[in-house]
Amino acid sequence: MILAASDTFRLDANAVDYALIALYFAFVLGIGLAAKRQVSTSIDFFLSGRSLPAWVTGLAFISANLGAVEIIGMSANGAQYGMATMHYFWIGAVPAMLFLGIVMMPFYYGSGVRSVPEFMRRRFGTGAHLVNALSFAVAQLLIAGINLYLLATIVNRLLGWPLWLSLILAAAVVLSYTALGGLSAAIYNEVLQFFVIVAALLPLTIVALNKVGGWDGVKERVQPNAEQLSSWPATDLTGIDSPLLSVIGLVFGLGFVLSFGYWTTNFVEVQRAMASSSVSAARRSPIIGAFPKMFIPFIVVIPGIIAAIIVPEIAELKSGGSAGEVEYNDVMLLLIRDLLPNGMLGVAIAGLLASFMAGMAANISAFNTVFSYDLWQTYVVKDKPDSYYTTVGRVATVGATLTAIGTAVFAAGYSNLMDYLQLLFGFFNAPLFATFILGMFWKRMTASAGWAGLVSGTVAAVLVAYLSEDAFGGLSVGVIGLSGQGASFVAAGAAFFVDIAVSIVVSMMTRPRVESELEGLVYSLTPGATLKDDEAEQHSWFQSPTKLAGIGLVIIIVLNIVFA
Amino acid sequence: MTDPDKTTERRTAGAFDIRYIIAALIGAYGVVLVVLGLINTTDSDLAKADGLNVNLWAGLGMIVAAALFALWAKMKPTVVPDDFEE
Repeated sequence: MILAASDTFRLDANAVDYALIALYFAFVLGIGLAAKRQVSTSIDFFLSGRSLPAWVTGLAFISANLGAVEIIGMSANGAQYGMATMHYFWIGAVPAMLFLGIVMMPFYYGSGVRSVPEFMRRRFGTGAHLVNALSFAVAQLLIAGINLYLLATIVNRLLGWPLWLSLILAAAVVLSYTALGGLSAAIYNEVLQFFVIVAALLPLTIVALNKVGGWDGVKERVQPNAEQLSSWPATDLTGIDSPLLSVIGLVFGLGFVLSFGYWTTNFVEVQRAMASSSVSAARRSPIIGAFPKMFIPFIVVIPGIIAAIIVPEIAELKSGGSAGEVEYNDVMLLLIRDLLPNGMLGVAIAGLLASFMAGMAANISAFNTVFSYDLWQTYVVKDKPDSYYTTVGRVATVGATLTAIGTAVFAAGYSNLMDYLQLLFGFFNAPLFATFILGMFWKRMTASAGWAGLVSGTVAAVLVAYLSEDAFGGLSVGVIGLSGQGASFVAAGAAFFVDIAVSIVVSMMTRPRVESELEGLVYSLTPGATLKDDEAEQHSWFQSPTKLAGIGLVIIIVLNIVFA
Repeated sequence: MTDPDKTTERRTAGAFDIRYIIAALIGAYGVVLVVLGLINTTDSDLAKADGLNVNLWAGLGMIVAAALFALWAKMKPTVVPDDFEE
């Protein structure tokens, strides 16, 4: 269906549009080449020499996540569920980002580890490390493939290029700059991508608002009813009928377990902050990133809501009719088709391509670090000179890109299976946060508890999904009356509590690690100085992580009240 | 509170400052869009967007944004650390 690109989506891109897109690619490759000149050690390649300013790593932090899944998925959710989609940003991301900056980043950055799995190894040893490193590496390859597939699909639909050609070209571009310049190239491109995405989506949103008659026009015309304009209690989104349980599900399931699991332990994100120049800058990265993150939904979700009013095909779909091959996922494309003239059209396509490449490059640069440091250097070839591991990283980048092409081709044929696989890897994430947070604050927690907690938590999540009505599609048996998002919130919650419970029980039965080995890894055994910023006194108030996070928290609460 | 860096001469990232790169790309987009908006806006383009000249206004916005980035980079240049020779 997707392979047969029809004229519904074909945009009349002309020479100027192509020129604007080409200009963007020239900049992307230029950054790759410029960054290559700065790579001399493996830390340069994998962690940008730990030298980047906080605003750069902060923007890269959210840009790495602003991929195809986010732009396409969240505008689709906006069209379907309305303002409730804001929860994915305001509840499901911002609080966790602030928490990462305030509580967890000092351990990640201060302990000098080079990746999140490496922290796992230092704290819990080999068992937990292998579980974490392997599941992370495989998940990145999978997600890179999905991002690549969506990217190629867009090129195929918008410009009519064959899918295989779009796949290979897109992969070649991402490969060339990540292999050349390592993380610096990926991060600098992510920052550039962020602004191109804004340059594309902000005008689109304003034009759409103008067309629909402003916010008042949205209020009057949104279908099926005005409930779509309030973000709480989001019963449609969660699939939980009781408003109270829906709110609890959102706050604990999405807001706490799922989002903390994702944002605080996912190396794709944390790697960006680790590339900053000091503990203080590392802490500020996710906190600075949280501010644009609060406002991104206004240029992603709002256009989706408006598209359901002014794009005929989406309006038809929402009122229960059939709109041919059009799906909610096509919201952004149709809006661009209906509103933008040539010129702005080129910028919009460049923005979408930028977003998808950002996602894929982030997956690949996180993968090559974990592969080189955590798998290759730790278990396969140990004591080689540093330059050897930079080369391993470059080779891993090529391998990962080729694998992503394979995954993308697979995704084209078996899209349902890919959804379930992605869900499955989501379950690996859920218990991670429990293990990390317990390990950081409870020195008694043992190595065996580390891996036992992770494994049992994951099993608990998979079990809940299996027992639910549809989390695994036809495979779920429906013993528990939960479906949709509600089921995944409960699955994640189960993973969290089972992980904590098993970790405590196992810790009590096994021998704790020697305390001297845990310095810098556990709160009570870490001298205060390591966790604080030595330059803190020279900083102005807006450079203080805690004060910034406080402001962020206030804005998030205000936004939730205003759009409640 | 003596800063050892202050005694040696500081090198700035110059044209490779990411802020200049952002300014260059967004600025170039802005100029192209403004020109298109002025000379090449058809009635059907206007009808699409309810009378708004999208290219012109988006282009002007981008030029302003690019100018702000360039200004920021000029006011507070990025300093290349001493141990960063390559």
